[in-house]
Amino acid sequence: MNEKIVILDYGVGNLVSIKNMLKSCGVDAVITNDPGMVAAGHKYILPGVGAFDYGISNLRSAPYFSILESRVLKEKVPVLGVCLGAQLLAGSSEEGALPGLNWIPGKVIRFGKERMSEHNLKVPHMGWSEVNIKKSSRLFEKMPDSPRFYFVHSYHWVCERWQDELITSVYGYEFTAGVERENIIGVQFHPEKSHKFGRKLYENFAKLY
Amino acid sequence: MRRVRVIPVLLLKGGGVYKSLKFRDYKYIGDPINAVKIFNEKEVDEIVVLDIEATVSQKGPDIKTISEIAGEAFMPLTYGGGITSLDQVKRILYEGVEKVAFNAAAWNTPGLIEETARKFGSSSVVVSIDVKADLFGRKRVYISNGSKNTRTTAIQFAKRMEDAGAGEILLNSIDRDGTFNGFDLELISEVAQAVSIPVVACGGAGSLADFRNAVKSGASAVAAGSYFVLQRPHRAVLITYPSEEQLLKGVYSEI
Repeated sequence: MNEKIVILDYGVGNLVSIKNMLKSCGVDAVITNDPGMVAAGHKYILPGVGAFDYGISNLRSAPYFSILESRVLKEKVPVLGVCLGAQLLAGSSEEGALPGLNWIPGKVIRFGKERMSEHNLKVPHMGWSEVNIKKSSRLFEKMPDSPRFYFVHSYHWVCERWQDELITSVYGYEFTAGVERENIIGVQFHPEKSHKFGRKLYENFAKLY
Repeated sequence: MRRVRVIPVLLLKGGGVYKSLKFRDYKYIGDPINAVKIFNEKEVDEIVVLDIEATVSQKGPDIKTISEIAGEAFMPLTYGGGITSLDQVKRILYEGVEKVAFNAAAWNTPGLIEETARKFGSSSVVVSIDVKADLFGRKRVYISNGSKNTRTTAIQFAKRMEDAGAGEILLNSIDRDGTFNGFDLELISEVAQAVSIPVVACGGAGSLADFRNAVKSGASAVAAGSYFVLQRPHRAVLITYPSEEQLLKGVYSEI
């Protein structure tokens, strides 16, 4: 349990909120962009808010990027992408021109405008939604009933392989709200801002992976 | 079933939480950290904290207090009050605040809205629009805690802010503030129709039926101050929030 959780700093996102939430469930985490600290990490959280290209180019030029890549892909160290951090795990995004990490095969697409207006819904999808758990995962172990999470996004994941789809949610239509493949996980919502549900999710990531 | 966000708004003044009646008659509610902790326990959808002195006193945002509040807020948090630079925005968001709200600065320096949206994304940018009937009964946008008439309509200003990159409009009726008499539905409806970004209704909520009516009039989310911190008829301090069941029955299932 005394494993080191590293919140990856690449100049994008909600780092302090994640650290605060982990602290509230008794887990210490470090926010860093130091290659040595990243190399010593036992678990990674990849946060992120904002535009895809800005995020991926910042991450790729972070001083620890090659270390992170080898820790995750070769040594299979668990990584949890949050919001934009989850989208960066994909191969591409309609929001940007640059390729994503492609750590899980799939792409990120925009909420279809026509389908949204059919339901009189506005984009971004901003607010609380319940999620449907599509496959058993330690991440959702002993979660309170009908877990709901806070979303803010205009784009969502589409998996290439259905087996990688972890959860879905509904906004106008059912969309992929989380992915998991081996040691790599991504969730579209903000667990750090999702009360007891988010706290449990981080606790599970910290203790069960 | 469709959920809508139901949002308590806390007004900060000299480090304490206060609640106004028509932007006057401030009543002391309590300590902000304590209020946020109570709202945590009640699992509120989101909170908005507005420092109503920061612009008028020219002190700007109190980063230390913002940081303390953010450290306790395990729900989305919007901060507004006295923000005049991109640097302040950056510091505030870094502390764990999701969205920044602009009122006077949105009027005085719309370029700041554009820059903030470009750098941090539209979904981080809220423009808070306060509306009051002027001497001739015409509804106009007022800034700086309701002290200055811009002589502009809410529709005009909301459209301009949408074009500048705002991700959300917090639409407040000064005349309804603290009255428990219900939202200004006409105002909500005309602004929600004029823009395609979410409009959050504020000012006048007295019941769950009021929330429902605001959503039916086009609001994407509903906000209130007094409804969550004061109890009628004597405006006694009581911090409350409807339960999941009450919201389901009184709001979500009816919209």
